[in-house]
Amino acid sequence: MGKRAAFDEIRGHDAGETARPEFNALGDWIRETPASELNRRQQAAEAAFRQLGITFAVYGEEEAAERIIPFDIVPRIFTAREWAGLSAGLVQRVEALNAFLDDVYGARRIIADGVVPPELILGNPQFRPMLAGARPAHGIFAHICGIDLVRTGPDAFYVLEDNARTPSGVSYMLENREAMLRLCPELFEMFPVAAVDNYPDALHDTLRSVAPNGRSSNPVCVLLTPGHFNSAFYEHSFLADSMGIELVEAADLVVDDDIVWMKTIEGLVRVDVIYRRIDDDYIDPLVFLAESVLGVPGLIAAYMAGNVTLVNAPGTGIADDKAIYSYMPEIVKYYTGREARLPNVETWRCREPDCLKYVLENLPDLVVKLVDGSGGYGMLVGPTATRAEIENFRAALVAEPHRYIAQPTLALSTVPTLTDMGIAPRHVDFRPFVLSGADGVTIVPGGLTRVALREGSLVVNSSQGGGTKDSLILLDNPAEAH
Amino acid sequence: MLSRTAASLYWLGRYVERAEFTARLIEATIRLDALSPRPAGKGAWESALAVAAADEGFVDTGETRTPQNVARYLTLAADNPSSIRSCLDRARSNARAVRTALSREAWEAINRAWLGLRDRSSTGGTQATLALVDAVKAETRGFEGAQHRMLRNEPSWFIGLGAAIERADNTARLIDVKYHLLLPEGETVGGVIDRDQWTTILHTVSAVTAYRWLYRDGLRPVQVAELLIHRRELPRSLAASTDEVVGHLNLLGKRTGLQGEADRLARHRQSALGRTTIGAIITGGLHEYLSAFIKENARLDQAIGKQFRFA
Repeated sequence: MGKRAAFDEIRGHDAGETARPEFNALGDWIRETPASELNRRQQAAEAAFRQLGITFAVYGEEEAAERIIPFDIVPRIFTAREWAGLSAGLVQRVEALNAFLDDVYGARRIIADGVVPPELILGNPQFRPMLAGARPAHGIFAHICGIDLVRTGPDAFYVLEDNARTPSGVSYMLENREAMLRLCPELFEMFPVAAVDNYPDALHDTLRSVAPNGRSSNPVCVLLTPGHFNSAFYEHSFLADSMGIELVEAADLVVDDDIVWMKTIEGLVRVDVIYRRIDDDYIDPLVFLAESVLGVPGLIAAYMAGNVTLVNAPGTGIADDKAIYSYMPEIVKYYTGREARLPNVETWRCREPDCLKYVLENLPDLVVKLVDGSGGYGMLVGPTATRAEIENFRAALVAEPHRYIAQPTLALSTVPTLTDMGIAPRHVDFRPFVLSGADGVTIVPGGLTRVALREGSLVVNSSQGGGTKDSLILLDNPAEAH
Repeated sequence: MLSRTAASLYWLGRYVERAEFTARLIEATIRLDALSPRPAGKGAWESALAVAAADEGFVDTGETRTPQNVARYLTLAADNPSSIRSCLDRARSNARAVRTALSREAWEAINRAWLGLRDRSSTGGTQATLALVDAVKAETRGFEGAQHRMLRNEPSWFIGLGAAIERADNTARLIDVKYHLLLPEGETVGGVIDRDQWTTILHTVSAVTAYRWLYRDGLRPVQVAELLIHRRELPRSLAASTDEVVGHLNLLGKRTGLQGEADRLARHRQSALGRTTIGAIITGGLHEYLSAFIKENARLDQAIGKQFRFA
């Protein structure tokens, strides 16, 4: 793998000047719009993002260093057929994730049946034994999942990672589309594109649908943020605003007799559903990290008593853990009775001696990840790593093999991207957002496309020089388009 | 509405108002400095520091009191809590924390004002300083405009309440410092005065033309004081600011049912202002009157925090 040029989503495997037939019009648009004009529009979009304050903070830099995530003006497109396939696979995967969570915090059948080794769940730091027996409304734990997909060919999609805790990035899906509608309206005349702007409504419906028993007639939903120094604060405020719900910080909430209240100018108001954007570790100092000042004392007790719904439920980290990830094909099959529609990327669990041996022998060709790492940190990309980096990882692997998994270096698909040298292919991934509520699974047709802006780079994380693109999903039925 | 949100909106209003006041103060001081022969110009900057309550802070920096240094301290110094930069930093920080309560336009205005100062490290020469304070004035006006176009409900009222409280405080300090500076001992009200200095006060509250309209008989210190204290026609007068405070508290009270100590204090002040005359105030001691006013303003500020559960 890696010898052949990567698959380009617009231009196909040849990556020539001609586009795949279904995207001819886009190929012409890219070719015929002068780079200077594309640059002008891209700058206009970035200026607008800066003015709106769509920024993220890079930890370790001062507040003045709020940055915008670079935006690329050339969109990525999926056909209706491609989306239908992805969509069915995503529904299946997220249903399995929720069934898995319901099981591991309940009957633990999957362990009894020997599908996943018990120590991988019960000995996993992401498993929260104190939450065993939790029965959230409608048995849903992971209400909002961001599933990271990569592609290597026309029909070759893989799940790279499941995000079942507090996935972020959906505001970019929405704001990037707003920018594209304003700056490149001609694209939306060329193609019938599915709208994404109903996401906040769909999210609000999801939140309301999972209110605790007896609180469902007019539930009070809030969004709990760590505060405005958090790197994703813009998204928190954007979503709260678009849903018309209060954006609260821990100090705004108080738990009394297992009931959660918020402090308003008119006194205490009972809270039913909390869309929390605070990690488990910080959410309740009585149960998790005692020194956390971001959390609400007593929140977990209120949750366990069934008096408040937490979205996502605490403890969902056990489902998106990278060690569990390698078992997802088996997990999907176990709960849905069918083969997974969306395959995993081949994964070697370094905890298993045979795998470790293979990984150590092939380090320069592999991607090695910490099972509990994220954001592109704690990761080795063999083909682009220095000899010293490889040797460092070798030592770490030998010392603590159970903390690592390894995967082949995939030839990630590319999409034409505006660079200093004109239009050039850059590697991308894709994160659609999957909502699970009382009435089933909803996926707004779109997602976050992240692009590695450095030539040849496979790391798309915004903290590591990645950018974003709009992701257009084409419709069979143009009447539903923008 | 969350109590924290109410607090942030209130402080947002206060900081934007303070930023604008400081910008006007600098503008008027530059004008005075240009008009006065040295070393009188130096006095202009000293009193500007006093009006901004930044005189002690400036001494602590150890810098010499040149016009450039003072202008920079009042404009860009991060270590001066009442510099325009500090005010806009805090205004934006508060606005950011309560973005959901602001309209997009209001947020953009405050963010733009903040972005405009973010990368400035030097005020440059006088021309550049004037351009800078002009830009700040334009942005804060833009914010006020956006605020008036927000929904007429709690968020807009809390911002307005904060702005009115801050404005009363700023105007009171302006009169207090300048009046005493400009009426040397033995000088009687109505004696020979320094026209430029008095015009500067009016410039700071953008009331030069207003004065001409309301008083046709030339500049008289006692009338300047009356204008700034009693005349409801002047938006920055103590009386007009008090009316605004009472008005916002009424609206909030009707909407939330919360009325109390803050309303009582504000209405008490309103009626007291109606009963006194400038003559009586000056006889009783203008400085004493203004000191009491500023203290009472601080009590009102605390009462507001308590009433809306954010103190």
